[in-house]
Amino acid sequence: MSAVASHADVLHHDDHGHHKETFISKYVFSMDHKMISKQFLITGIIMGTIGMLMSLVFRLQLAYPNTTFPIFETLLGEWGKGGKLDPNFYLALITIHGTIMVFFVLTAGLSGTFSNLLIPLQVGARDMASPFLNMLSYWFFFTSSCVMIASLFVQGGPASAGWTIYPPLSALPKAIPGSGTGMTLWLVSMILFIVSSLLGGINYVATVLNMRTKGMKMTRLPLTIWAFTFTAILGILSFPVLFGGSLLLVFDRSFGTSFYLNEIPADLAGGIERVGGSPILFQHLFWFLGHPEVYIILLPALGITSEVIATNSRKPIFGYRAMIGSIMAIALLSFVVWGHHMFITGMNPFLGSVFMLGTLIIAVPSAIKTFNYLGTLWKGNLRLNPQMMFAIGLVSFFISGGLTGIFLGNAALDINLHDTYFVVAHFHLVMGSAAIFGMLCGIYHWYPKMFGRTMNESLGQIHFWMTIVSAYCVFFPMHFMGLAGVPRRYYAFTAYDQFNVFVDMNIFITYAAFLGGIAQFIFLFNFFYSMRKGKKAVQNPWESNTLEWTTPVKHLHGNWPGEIPHVYRWPYDYSVPGHEIDFIPQNTPHEGQEDPLTEPQTIPTPERKVAPTLAKEEAVLFTLVKRWLGFA
Amino acid sequence: MANTATLTTDSKQTWGGGKSPFSVSYGKLMMWIFLLSDAFTFSSLLVAYGFVRFTFTSTLPNTIVKPFAHLSHSFVEDMNKAGLFVTERWPSPELVFNHFPFLHGIHLPLMFVSLMTFILIASSVTMVLAVEAGHRMAKKEVEKYMILTIIGGAAFLGCQAWEWTNFITEGASLSGNPFGPTAFAALFFIVTGFHGTHVLSGVILNIVIYINVVKGTYDKRGHYEMVEKVGLYWHFVDLVWVFVFTFFYLI
Ligand code: HEM
Ligand SMILES: [Cu+2]
Repeated sequence: MSAVASHADVLHHDDHGHHKETFISKYVFSMDHKMISKQFLITGIIMGTIGMLMSLVFRLQLAYPNTTFPIFETLLGEWGKGGKLDPNFYLALITIHGTIMVFFVLTAGLSGTFSNLLIPLQVGARDMASPFLNMLSYWFFFTSSCVMIASLFVQGGPASAGWTIYPPLSALPKAIPGSGTGMTLWLVSMILFIVSSLLGGINYVATVLNMRTKGMKMTRLPLTIWAFTFTAILGILSFPVLFGGSLLLVFDRSFGTSFYLNEIPADLAGGIERVGGSPILFQHLFWFLGHPEVYIILLPALGITSEVIATNSRKPIFGYRAMIGSIMAIALLSFVVWGHHMFITGMNPFLGSVFMLGTLIIAVPSAIKTFNYLGTLWKGNLRLNPQMMFAIGLVSFFISGGLTGIFLGNAALDINLHDTYFVVAHFHLVMGSAAIFGMLCGIYHWYPKMFGRTMNESLGQIHFWMTIVSAYCVFFPMHFMGLAGVPRRYYAFTAYDQFNVFVDMNIFITYAAFLGGIAQFIFLFNFFYSMRKGKKAVQNPWESNTLEWTTPVKHLHGNWPGEIPHVYRWPYDYSVPGHEIDFIPQNTPHEGQEDPLTEPQTIPTPERKVAPTLAKEEAVLFTLVKRWLGFA
Repeated sequence: MANTATLTTDSKQTWGGGKSPFSVSYGKLMMWIFLLSDAFTFSSLLVAYGFVRFTFTSTLPNTIVKPFAHLSHSFVEDMNKAGLFVTERWPSPELVFNHFPFLHGIHLPLMFVSLMTFILIASSVTMVLAVEAGHRMAKKEVEKYMILTIIGGAAFLGCQAWEWTNFITEGASLSGNPFGPTAFAALFFIVTGFHGTHVLSGVILNIVIYINVVKGTYDKRGHYEMVEKVGLYWHFVDLVWVFVFTFFYLI
């Protein structure tokens, strides 16, 4: 039966190729995964730019709480009266900044772009399993983005309860200005977003499982694909829970229920007294998505990094199977640690220790990944092009941000650190900066595949150095502010004497933030300029092994002009001893290999004396485990 | 180790690419993944139910009203006085859902919802038969069993509408509940409503598929896989009902 279906599918794609494509079907309602990927990327970049500009506005406020900026009045009108930022709008800005960055840029923008582009190309498929649902996924995302942006312009301003939209601020339309229409639009936007993410995720997983070309065993998949697949699985299993949580929130807001509300008098809550609910329920439902979400953001970036680091070190990735194992471990563990965001909500302390244990265990697979990156770089023949620089930058952030996670994961320490700038520093380094670096790394690396040209390298280097310097200067000092107790989400710290010592630091941070902002405009220029004027790309500009570089530079519907290539080896055959060129693409057979499924070159096991105490079977098992972990 | 060799060749053939490792089409695979995801949506709602439920004192067993007893007009007040319908205590479902159409005034605990459940499970049986007939390419039989399934689904929805109407006329709403905690009624409406929406979409899907069957679309296509796919969805909705039923009516 499946043979019938997939045969019909090939036919379907073939006769599609001869269709006349109109502008609309090619650029707007396209069902081609490569075009959809570009749509996700461009939308993500636009949202990212908006989110970044917002951060510059509130950085100015934090650095100069007592100064007036006439530009605020010009830009923001009502919200910047007399050149002073409205305190309510400050909260709105940080909320929408967080929402945009977390969901629109680093979830949809990152996964949407690279899963769409790379899954069919790297597993050897003509398109996604269902191109139609794929198109829908983009349009749900687009509508969701429009609703989120529209919420900026409604009465009362956009949602202001933080990106985590905790009740009661989010549940009582009268709580703060942003709790009204703005919050409603936020929820509408998020529900559209969840639909988009599910349509996309289901498609990605089905494609990877079902549509791999002959010879593309799971253990020959590039690590990008492993990462994207588990990202999709995380999304498929955790977004529905946010959906359920939001549904109940909608009922609390508009239909008089009290799931998340307790002891709220009737005149504050639309004429109905609210009793019996608990905001903690929302926090559980939110963080059941929220924590996997941070890995939905990070895993694709890590996958991209694996690919780029191996290619540009001209070395096989160190510990391929250990990398897969750690992706799986992270994915699994990320479902059982959400409580570390709730240590101080009054949760049962015993439960707190359970969540603490789980959280700290995540450090193990994270460390495996880090060491494997370093192991791959070690003595590599490094090509320090922009994508490689960004990949190394990611590793750096993963370490510096991951270490503070160990602090925060300790329930006792978190009593002090929760809701301070320490948390802001932690997640901006490990999630914000690391994932943005992964995304930029991917853009530089696959730009030739997407647009047929390469981006300017010198501008790329300038972009990298300015960005990494700025990121560390912005986020590193925040650790110290957090340790001193400076709380997050405050409009002006000058209200408290003890925080006045940080005024200078805040000014420094703001300067650094502007440096980063300028760097991103250099990137934007490079990105759009290279689309028309960049150097024409050759088919395989980075001398990489993966299948996407076997497709022609000019995009075809169906990806490969003739038959889909078969795969004969894993993707990391770089610098194979005794081989002239230092890379061997996956579709090159081994000498004498006819069946793609056979593995002719058995890894030679060195002659080793088996210790007499170790039974033979055990020794074999031990070698197998070692080899499986990638150490043989 | 001789047996490793055989093991690896075997797994190679399954996962080696060029075919589906589970020998299913991508469409069916996507339906499975969707259902997995939907299971989490329902779980989130049921977990919320559990969370809320445990903040209330547990149900008192009903020792007052016997099955088939006559229900007085002041039933709710009586129960309230007996401490069975009070705001701090979760009510016993068998006292809340004890009506049956046309048998007014008789205490029939959970009879009607058992009938509903039976109807839904029966419709799953007819769906299995439709799928099986599809494997044999027996168009007429597929038609017959699809229509039975559609009738079963519609009947379930009708029953649910009656149950809701009854509950609402007795005074329950999203923000009020004469039988005890407001959350009881609110959760009941939201969770059974969400399930009902699923059933409704299932019925609509079934009708679409039925029309295609009648038009001979799948005969021409050479297989009845679409029937199988909606079948998966239908069984899932059925399975979820078993959980909803257990949570809201039994415990
Ligand atoms: C070794 C690994 C990690 C550990 C032990 C860890 C631990 C924690 C803990 C305990 C918190 C809560 C702090 C508080 O609110 O008081 C936290 C917050 C956060 N973490 Fe991590 N984390 C780790 C890795 C990551 C990664 C990889 C990401 C993202 C990709 C991430 C993103 C976040 C975010 C966004 C928050 C803040 C959420 C908020 O309250 O708004 N973390 N982390
Ligand atoms: Cu977390």
